[in-house]
Amino acid sequence: MTALLAIEKLSVYHGPFRAVSELDLHVEEGEIVSIIGANGAGKSSLLNAIMGQVGRIEGAIRFGGESLNGLSTPAIVGRGVALVPEGRRLFPSLTVEENLNIGVDIGRSGSFRLDDIYGMFPILKDKRRQLARQLSGGQQQMVALGRALLANPRLLLCDEISLGLAPVVIGELYEILPTIAARGIGILLVEQDIGRSLAVADRFYCLLEGHVNLSGRPADTTRDVVISHYFGV
Amino acid sequence: MLGVWVNQIVQGVLLGGLYALFAMGLSLSVGIMRFVNIAHGDLIVLVSFLVLSLTTSLGLSPLVAGLITLPIGFVGGYLLQRFLLQRVLGQGVLPIILVTFGLSIIVQNGLQGVYGADTRLVRSGDFATSTVMLGGGVNVGLLPLTIFVAAILMVFGLDLVLYRTRIGARIRAVSDDVAAANLIGLPSARIYAVAMGIVGLTVAISAGFMAVWTNFDPTSGPSRLIVAFEAVVLGGLGNLWGTLIGGIILGIAQTIGGQFDAAWQVLAGHLVFLTIFLIRPQGLFPKY
Repeated sequence: MTALLAIEKLSVYHGPFRAVSELDLHVEEGEIVSIIGANGAGKSSLLNAIMGQVGRIEGAIRFGGESLNGLSTPAIVGRGVALVPEGRRLFPSLTVEENLNIGVDIGRSGSFRLDDIYGMFPILKDKRRQLARQLSGGQQQMVALGRALLANPRLLLCDEISLGLAPVVIGELYEILPTIAARGIGILLVEQDIGRSLAVADRFYCLLEGHVNLSGRPADTTRDVVISHYFGV
Repeated sequence: MLGVWVNQIVQGVLLGGLYALFAMGLSLSVGIMRFVNIAHGDLIVLVSFLVLSLTTSLGLSPLVAGLITLPIGFVGGYLLQRFLLQRVLGQGVLPIILVTFGLSIIVQNGLQGVYGADTRLVRSGDFATSTVMLGGGVNVGLLPLTIFVAAILMVFGLDLVLYRTRIGARIRAVSDDVAAANLIGLPSARIYAVAMGIVGLTVAISAGFMAVWTNFDPTSGPSRLIVAFEAVVLGGLGNLWGTLIGGIILGIAQTIGGQFDAAWQVLAGHLVFLTIFLIRPQGLFPKY
């Protein structure tokens, strides 16, 4: 069986600087995989490489057995990869529903419909005619997640979805993730919040300076071990 | 005496319709796509010459010739954006100004080479000269009235496309945040090409009307551009209805100025623009 996402010996360059070095990683269908690491560990470079948003990479990124190397971002999204970007990146002058429909426009056809998102986050249905910039941070994050899901991905990339949000809202978002994975969607979760992301993940990779220095199942390790690898001490 | 003034104001409003038509495409590119197209006026003149050629060499009626230019305008705008303007977009404000400035010179000189420097007008027969009595001593030309109605319909149509359709939402999304659009997989270059195609459509429509109502020559573009700019800035960036109002204000100012002294016509428009601009630099109805 081929993995949903298989990354082999991936290096990502920003000019002469190598942000990610010979990284190996895989995500299976329905699996939640967490990438943890401090600022500058290469987490965002990894996600950007999968999305086809960095200039130069080496190594292989295979999705469902096919190479994503050299494809444009719209083509990658069309094959079933969707991103919830860091900082949400909604379109502020569009309404909630228009923002969600952007997800439909960029993605594949599939089982997620607008009503599924409104079922997940009923508050968005009440606010569907409001402009995205009028929403609270948590509601904006719901729209960003909904927009990505409406692209009907097989692989969902989440970049720092808890950043700057109230704990109760973060809890609400993290409760949704297992139900998404239960539909067979693989989730790659990038977080600085170690506790949250290990609690929900099936497996994790810890990144330090572009290298994986620890990986495995959260149950097989302790918080202290993870933290020492996180800071590289 | 009062009748004269009312008549002048009505004529001014109708002239404003033509100016609003000129300005609508510029309003889209400045307000939504956030770049200044110096060649906007020259592109209008270019299509006017196309209408001239279709009517004189093929013997088509101005209406048929105008309709033929609509798809040409759309495709021309699409290709212009995709293969030229998109290459310099997002590199600061200067490169796109220089590129469109160069385009303006190429169009002007190309037209002079092909058509010569003579002033032209496309003949549209009785339609151009017939008038409608509105009572009270006010009578308006059928052609200016048609142009004014077309301007209103164009604002309605563009508003509908931008704010009620999926492609309109995608255009506004790219306008909001190009980087975010690219990041999540919206094909921003293709979407802006469609937007410029719509601009091309407005260029074709205004060129068709200009060709039958006012004289034009290969160097008429810049004077069309400045009036269009004034209408866009007066109305407020990004507000198409504002652009229509801006055009009407300029039209009224020009006809009233012309009532005092014919030499004052154009100057009065500029003076009214500068006065309002000093008081409200953000325009009358800014969207942002």
